Amino acid sequence: MKIHIPTPLRQYAGKKASIDVQADNVGQALSALTATYPDLRRHLYTDEGKLRAFVNVYLNDEDIRYLHKESTPVKENDSLSIVPSIAGGAGACCCSCRMNA
Amino acid sequence: MLRIDQTCYEQLRRHGEETYPHECCGVLLGRVEDEDQRLVTSIARAGNTRTDSPQNRYNIDPRELITIQRQARELGLDIVGFYHSHPDHPARWSSTDLAEAHWLGCSYVITRVEKGQARETNAFLLLGGEEAEKQFQDEPLEVVAQIAETKTPA
Ligand SMILES: [Zn+2]
Repeated sequence: MKIHIPTPLRQYAGKKASIDVQADNVGQALSALTATYPDLRRHLYTDEGKLRAFVNVYLNDEDIRYLHKESTPVKENDSLSIVPSIAGGAGACCCSCRMNA
Repeated sequence: MLRIDQTCYEQLRRHGEETYPHECCGVLLGRVEDEDQRLVTSIARAGNTRTDSPQNRYNIDPRELITIQRQARELGLDIVGFYHSHPDHPARWSSTDLAEAHWLGCSYVITRVEKGQARETNAFLLLGGEEAEKQFQDEPLEVVAQIAETKTPA
């Protein structure tokens, strides 16, 4: 299957935009990726080995959090996208904003 | 340095005027010429999913980003940054912007929209080798009449 690497992480993945791996599930695919490119690991996982909260992993068009997370099965023609979240805003200007922060 | 095509520049500013008093957001597409030069040749509008607080927060649905990324890939373009607006707030990054910025090495463009009119537009480069040390740096923004479609030969 193919794993799409977002622009900021390509420098840790041999400058590649996508990488092909052999895997039966999402966890195996990510393990295969980080085994080849160990520098990616700390960008994707916390010290406790959990996927970082702002790192979204999508199998085709579905968030793996709403599938079976890392045990979600994958097929040869699937593609996995690593998408760090994009958010922000003027925010934090009043108490109601802070409640949302 | 962020060099942005004139049409794209006008489009992203207009987007902020259209969504006022809510924040707009979108993706900057183009290419990285070398370490410190990003060229924007196309932009993609995105919806703001923060319907709970759209006047001062934005969030792009990752699924929408994947679609944008796929279309960009077919055109040979990369994501080089993002843009959003600050309705009635300065065109400077906020603490929320920094806390929620994770695309290291990408440009974040902010436009102040005052009473529905786009005012200044500034660019900030997200620097740092990892999350813990990330910071925004003011990035020179140059609006270019037209950017050549192809990469200049090395
Ligand atoms: Zn902002």
